[in-house]
Amino acid sequence: MNFLYSFVLVPLVLMMVIAVLRDVRTIRRVMAVGSSVQLVLSFVLLAWFLSLRALGVQDEMLFRSDLVWYPSLNIALSFGVDGISVLMIVLSAIIVFTGSFTSWAINEKAKDYFLWFLMLSIGVFGFFITVDLFAMFMFYEVALIPMYLLIGVWGTGRKEYSAMKLTLMLMGGSAFLLLGILGIYFSSGHTTMNLLEIAKLHIPVDAQRWCFPITFLGFGVLGALFPFHTWSPDGHASAPTAVSMLHAGVLMKLGGYGCLRVAIYLMPEGAQMYTTLFLVLTGISVIYGALGAIAQTDLKYINAYSSVSHCGMVLFAILMFNTTAMTGAVMQMLSHGLMTALFFCLIGGIYGRTHTREISQMGGLARIMPFMCVCWVVAAMANLGLPGLSGFVSEMNIFVGAFQHPDTFHRVITLIACCSIVVTAVYQLRVVGKIHFGEVVNEHHRALTDAAWYERIATVTLILFIAAIGCFPFFTVDIIHGSLGEIVSKFPALPF
Amino acid sequence: MNDLVQLMRPEMLLLAQVVFLLLFDLFAPDRARRHTDAVACALFLASIAVGFLPSTTGEAFGGMFTVTAMTQVVKNVLSIGLLLVFLQSRVWLSDERTSFKKAEFYILTLSTLLGMNLMISAGHFLLFYLGLELASLPLTTLVAYNKYSDESIEAGAKFVLIAAFSSGMMLFGISLFYGAAGADGLYFDVLSSRLAATPLQLLALVFFLSGVAFKISLVPFHLWTADVYQGAPTSVTAFLSVVSKGAAVFALMFLSFRLFAPLFEYWQYVVWALVVLTITIGNLFAMRQDNMKRFLAFSSISQAGYILLGMIAGTPLAMSSVVYYLLVYLVSNLGIFAVVSILENNSGKVHISDYRGLYRTNPYLSVVLMLFLFSLGGIPPFAGFFSKFFVFMAAADQGFYVLDFIALINTVISLYYYLLVVKAMFIADSENPIPTLHTDSWSRLCLTLCLVGTLFFGVFSGIYAFLSSGAWGL
Repeated sequence: MNFLYSFVLVPLVLMMVIAVLRDVRTIRRVMAVGSSVQLVLSFVLLAWFLSLRALGVQDEMLFRSDLVWYPSLNIALSFGVDGISVLMIVLSAIIVFTGSFTSWAINEKAKDYFLWFLMLSIGVFGFFITVDLFAMFMFYEVALIPMYLLIGVWGTGRKEYSAMKLTLMLMGGSAFLLLGILGIYFSSGHTTMNLLEIAKLHIPVDAQRWCFPITFLGFGVLGALFPFHTWSPDGHASAPTAVSMLHAGVLMKLGGYGCLRVAIYLMPEGAQMYTTLFLVLTGISVIYGALGAIAQTDLKYINAYSSVSHCGMVLFAILMFNTTAMTGAVMQMLSHGLMTALFFCLIGGIYGRTHTREISQMGGLARIMPFMCVCWVVAAMANLGLPGLSGFVSEMNIFVGAFQHPDTFHRVITLIACCSIVVTAVYQLRVVGKIHFGEVVNEHHRALTDAAWYERIATVTLILFIAAIGCFPFFTVDIIHGSLGEIVSKFPALPF
Repeated sequence: MNDLVQLMRPEMLLLAQVVFLLLFDLFAPDRARRHTDAVACALFLASIAVGFLPSTTGEAFGGMFTVTAMTQVVKNVLSIGLLLVFLQSRVWLSDERTSFKKAEFYILTLSTLLGMNLMISAGHFLLFYLGLELASLPLTTLVAYNKYSDESIEAGAKFVLIAAFSSGMMLFGISLFYGAAGADGLYFDVLSSRLAATPLQLLALVFFLSGVAFKISLVPFHLWTADVYQGAPTSVTAFLSVVSKGAAVFALMFLSFRLFAPLFEYWQYVVWALVVLTITIGNLFAMRQDNMKRFLAFSSISQAGYILLGMIAGTPLAMSSVVYYLLVYLVSNLGIFAVVSILENNSGKVHISDYRGLYRTNPYLSVVLMLFLFSLGGIPPFAGFFSKFFVFMAAADQGFYVLDFIALINTVISLYYYLLVVKAMFIADSENPIPTLHTDSWSRLCLTLCLVGTLFFGVFSGIYAFLSSGAWGL
């Protein structure tokens, strides 16, 4: 029995328990307990992982186990984690934990809601613990379909349109991905679907030439790669709060993680062939997302475009193929996951009270809900890269790593992408100034309450982790460094 | 003689059931006749159980009738499909307009299955054609079974014309083969050794394939499908879209692997085009349907395209993935038909727009319908995901990446219209949704079986291993 199984089994058991429960309050409690258990488990995993590494276990992946599934097709359920996946699992557990507290106020069809929510989390956890292409793809799709109903049934605004758009675009991405996986499998000699073993084989350069772009694109759709990012603003704006948190916080990371682990790791030559094209696209994501956020007036749209910009930076960084930038990329995944979840949680809280997300219809909220305001300012500061919070560390790493490339193209595109930091400051500070400070715009707002206890739990947890990463960056950097060696060693020809 | 009984065991059992039911219906007292369903299902269940016993392989009648491990497997698959159809048709058959001719339904469907078995085992064109006609003619009666409904009669008339037309095409193809290969050339083995891609033979191949394409309703030979599916009684539609289509697919598969091996290169060109057309056109039309039965007609057209996509590779993997795909398609699609016919029998509503708000009134039916739709759409962890993956894998194995790509884009389109039904049930609301229904125990059993299949056929790899055990390639 592999310890990693528990990450899929715990939500599965929770689903079964919740399926037989009837009372909403019991369901909430079960969810709270279950997600706390999962959070604890993820930290146990982290500690266990670190202690094994400290004992000198040098395997690329720890906790390896293979369950033979379809032997004639070389399909197995292979599990294993390295530092990056452990961090991703911790991130997912944090978001699921805070998400279930944020969903406390959901009363309409609460049981169905939590069932789908748990199914989504099974997909996410499953994706991060497997090292088998088939299983990864399967879990990826398991995570997609609950989104449709979560947004369609419990969402707000143009929910049917957004749900359909999101599902179809992501499924379109997975169509590319499936073709890429089949290409990788057959061109590596159709002997194994295991990532680690394929990495030892060599995929012919001719095959990489077409497999890399479609695989990268397939994952890139989920990572909000321009021009396939359009599902993200609509989807996030219509989704219920906890779903936005989980989706922007974790699901979009599946894209970045997949690009790193599958596309770049398995097809380094292919990656180098397409660097220019994809760097331009991700550069556009970064800048366009930030500028888009300025133009928006709906809080959720602002944050969704900001996510496009920040997730674009993840893909931008992993295309630099060096340790510094890739470390930044993984840090950015963590940092963006936490802060965007915090934002969505706060937006959900504010929207639940004021019933509006238009920034022009709010003002002076700092006086009415001081706690939420403080949290918001922390999130905004993390987002624009204030030292001491997580955003600074990740963006620093990304841009330093990117600037290490001596050629003009890389330098120019890095400079352009760097400008997004300034733009981020513009839209974040504008929102803070507009809705939290200044005069109270709507007199009805004076009667509103501050954050409820469950919202406080969620926000404080997120802020703690954001500050922890910002104040003790070397803890995470060391974990990531240890795992990037294999990937970076595939790029020996680069000048560093 | 003993050998012959062994080889033709499934066929003989079917024949015995047909004769027995015929006599039972004639001579049994009314009290017993009321239980025709139970008797027919019990007998059929027993014969399925016998079908899973180990059996011999070999040839009979000088090579006219051949039995391999794979033919046994696919015959069992079709029988399971028919059993599921029996389970879900009981309510409809108990209606006062049909209850007096219950036995006929069972007799006719069983003889159709007999024809399909002959078609699958055929080693000679004569037997193949005999089986084909035996599988088509009783179906005509079944399609027109609701004889007081104009739509049903119209569908029956369309079906008989199309069946005759396609048989004619096929016969012309066969006669050209006969001309090209000589007097003993109707034996598949002999003909196969004489095929050399002469223009005459290719012409024969095209005619023959068109005839089969009508049966499987591949585009552009699909125009009858939607009308017939809509007009026929729902249980018959279920039979048509799954069992009948499946039999034709299996027959085509064995023919193409055994007989057309020397022409495979040309065969692939034709099939490539058919796959693209079938999947795409089927999907595009399915998007615009509101009548659930027409919707399922187009959906099943596009599903046939995926089946053919698996076949194009011609490897053992291709054969096993096709059989597996069909099994999964069978449970998922029959599950959908079971729900549709429950709703139709109880409320008379068959339109997707009538399904609005169904989740509020009939939560269980909506959830199972959604799971079946997801399975057809290829969403994990349901079996449909695995079957689609294997079919794509089989095609990619032989380098059909472009074809895979077209098919994959089409799965996204198909997901769109499957989600439309889900949306109607779960998201949209309606003033007067279908009221809460009572589901009879037979349909419930059928749904349970289909659900178990849909949930576990993929996760438990033993099913695939069993199906692929007898697979062979070119």
